[in-house]
Amino acid sequence: MNPSADTYSQLQPQRYAPRLPGDLAVWLIILAELLTFGILFLSYAFARALDVELFNASQRTLDLNSGAVNTVLLITGSWCVVHAVKAVRRDASGQGVRWLVAAMVCGAGFISLKSMEFSAKADAGIDLSTNTFYMFYLMLTAFHFLHVVVAMVFLAILLVKTRQGAYGSHDTHALETGAAFWHMVDLLWIVLFPLVYVMR
Amino acid sequence: MFNNSINRIWIALLIATGATFWLGESGLSGSAGMTPVLLMFTLAAAKGLWVIYDFMELRHAPALWKRLLVGWLGFVTGMIVLAYWIGQR
Repeated sequence: MNPSADTYSQLQPQRYAPRLPGDLAVWLIILAELLTFGILFLSYAFARALDVELFNASQRTLDLNSGAVNTVLLITGSWCVVHAVKAVRRDASGQGVRWLVAAMVCGAGFISLKSMEFSAKADAGIDLSTNTFYMFYLMLTAFHFLHVVVAMVFLAILLVKTRQGAYGSHDTHALETGAAFWHMVDLLWIVLFPLVYVMR
Repeated sequence: MFNNSINRIWIALLIATGATFWLGESGLSGSAGMTPVLLMFTLAAAKGLWVIYDFMELRHAPALWKRLLVGWLGFVTGMIVLAYWIGQR
């Protein structure tokens, strides 16, 4: 016997019941972080409007290639984390571990490149007091860098727990929580890259 | 590989990043008025939407959370474009 239309209408809302992946606390943290970075992004953009020449001249000293490679690394890291969560949800923990390792390799690549960039700027005698552009550049990128480091610590913990078999179709809550934080780091860079490195 | 929507989104994100990089490398980002600004931050907003809906998995999240994150993205990119427009006047 075919189910009636009424049965379908009862099933549909359950199948697509709204669900926030991960812990509510991490989403509240994500909101706070987005607000903080949002204020910094807009402060940069409006400070630039007051001194376009200085910002453009200083921005030309940044390594666009490094910024683009870092964007690719973060996007690819996020893609790996999505696959890791999906693998663990279908109880393929081995695959989940491999995707998490790949995400961490991307994160390590980002940290290495960014460290080299910071080191080059320090060698050139550039610091927070050099000019307004560099103050924003160093503040925004260093603050973001710290978030990548924290996200890497989360991923390392999730990797160990996934290897131990702590997560699976029965429980992906912690994995989704860590994944949400990692994706936030990616989302922030997606705005930061064109704003600070590219647009003149 | 392309049968998987997450893989297609990853490829689209990489292409959009390539386009952003090209705008910077070509020098268009600093010499062609507001068009490259609009293009670049439209690309950034599109990339952000993919991350919010498909990577963060908010497509089927409660409407409030979708509105908060998409609203943040729209407000921030919109205000950045406004600041660039003011800077070009």
